[in-house]
Amino acid sequence: MTTLTGNLRARAGRLGKPRKATYWVLAVFVLGSLFPFYWSFLVASRDNGILTERVPPLLPGGNFFANAARVFDTVPFWKALANSVIVSGTVTLTTVLFSSLAGFAFAKLRFRGRNGLFVFIVVTLAVPTQLGIIPLFIAMSKLGWAGGLQSVIVPNLVTAFGVFWMRQYTVDAVPYELIEAARVDGCSMIRIFWNVCLPAVRPAAAILAMFTFMMSWNDFLWPLVVLNVGNPTVQVALEKLQSGYYVDYSLVLAGTTLATIPILIVFLLLGRQIVAGIMQGAVKG
Amino acid sequence: MTVTDKLAADHPAEVRTPAPRPGWRDRLARWDVKASPYLYVAPFFLVFGVVGLFPLLYTAYVSLFHWKAGDDNPDFIGLDNFKELFADAQFWHALENTVSIFLLSSIPQIIIAIGLAALLTTGIRGATGWRVGILLPYAASLVALGIIFANLFGPKYGLVNGLLQTIGLSPVDWQANRLASHVAIAIMVNWRWTGYNALIVLAAMQAIPRELHEAALIDGAGSVRRFRHITLPLLKPTLIFVTITSTIGGLQIFTEPKLFDAMPGSNNGGSTHQFQTVTLYLYQTAFENFDLGYASAIAWLLFLIIVVIALVNYLLTGRLARTPGRKK
Repeated sequence: MTTLTGNLRARAGRLGKPRKATYWVLAVFVLGSLFPFYWSFLVASRDNGILTERVPPLLPGGNFFANAARVFDTVPFWKALANSVIVSGTVTLTTVLFSSLAGFAFAKLRFRGRNGLFVFIVVTLAVPTQLGIIPLFIAMSKLGWAGGLQSVIVPNLVTAFGVFWMRQYTVDAVPYELIEAARVDGCSMIRIFWNVCLPAVRPAAAILAMFTFMMSWNDFLWPLVVLNVGNPTVQVALEKLQSGYYVDYSLVLAGTTLATIPILIVFLLLGRQIVAGIMQGAVKG
Repeated sequence: MTVTDKLAADHPAEVRTPAPRPGWRDRLARWDVKASPYLYVAPFFLVFGVVGLFPLLYTAYVSLFHWKAGDDNPDFIGLDNFKELFADAQFWHALENTVSIFLLSSIPQIIIAIGLAALLTTGIRGATGWRVGILLPYAASLVALGIIFANLFGPKYGLVNGLLQTIGLSPVDWQANRLASHVAIAIMVNWRWTGYNALIVLAAMQAIPRELHEAALIDGAGSVRRFRHITLPLLKPTLIFVTITSTIGGLQIFTEPKLFDAMPGSNNGGSTHQFQTVTLYLYQTAFENFDLGYASAIAWLLFLIIVVIALVNYLLTGRLARTPGRKK
């Protein structure tokens, strides 16, 4: 064991000390992250004239509400909002519930084929589900579901990621002793899940809920394929706003702003937990 | 309580059936313990069977037919769709576009993400705030994003060209020029995913014991050497994870090129397909030309290509991040 000389001690102390430049680089990066949002609000709050100016004004104008009102006239935006809330809400609820149940079984219960089934789930993470859109579309048409919200909800009821995530957390969060005690007291399995396991895994379930909601809210390809113009989700409605021979950018970007505001608010409120969730997932995965 | 504690101490490992009690309650309890796990994992397997496994197999089946949408008696044509596909210039063109956009996005993305993570790991003030800030684009909807970037990169009035002209450069036709369109789409992808990947890398960096860095410092290793020989090798599993996920996502890229088109609603990927990706071509074939058989052949070929490239990536990442003489 050598002792650190003065010079080295100073250098070791500097390990992990930020420089001023660090803040500048990060600040530029965050401003760059914000800019497209700001730009779309800028255009949405003025008229299309802004786009022909070489050096556009950097402050918003006063037309945002007028443009927003036109969005509601052009596409069924209220309906789209309601549909998105229904789809994302249902998918979030079922994904969290089914993933927690499966996670509980894989982490704490003993049954034949447990390891094999779990490995299988992890492998399915690599199968790109978007490539199955054709048979899925055929199946939905045969069922008569095409165009209905159930065609977007049912394929997303539970995800491999969700099961994997909840299993990883449940392993550490729920002690066997608690389950054993509940069994001795005569609890059924489902009561043990509901009263013992679920309260213990609430933090992980909350993070999964946020992820699922954001993913589902922003999903595009499959809803575009299976839903029709009269019954869209927000993302499909946005795309319809943009399709036409002449693109009215103030109108379209008012639409993107309207669609982004709710998710942005949710994100800013829960950002801390989302960040924690991503970091935790990376360590465990 | 004491009874419970004692029982728990006797059975620390796994849940077991308690000592048998007579009667139907006992049988019910046994059945509960036996069947419950299967019931709990069943929803995933049902859903995966319906939306994952069945489509994968059924797509293979459909690809063997001349199958037009709405056709109830499709003709079996064997591997003709695949033969046609191998000779289809538009498909190879789309594949080139996809790989080009994928490389232009994932390489800078991962490098910048590692750099950002290194900055964030230096113990800055307000760490959580910065993290939320760089993750912000992740919350954006792809559709909104596609529309916004198509506007920013517009050939005539786009802000990007306006800036280029202001500083005395000639404007670029971001939509018509093949390489320029790939760059613009890659910027869109990077804008959304770089911060997310930076956080994943950051998490792995923070798990590296500080003592390792201190010990190397005492041995006289500079920051570059420490990064190369300590940080990078220990990041290997995370880097593999990041490259594989970005491969799977990048090769399926759809929303960005679809919305980038100067003719909104078009699936052509530009007037000469200059930025049509494979998934966009697949979508066009299936839902614009209604040729489901041919589209299924595209889907399967794309799936195989993804698997192969993901494997190559896996091997490559492993090689790049390996320290000589030490095995992880």
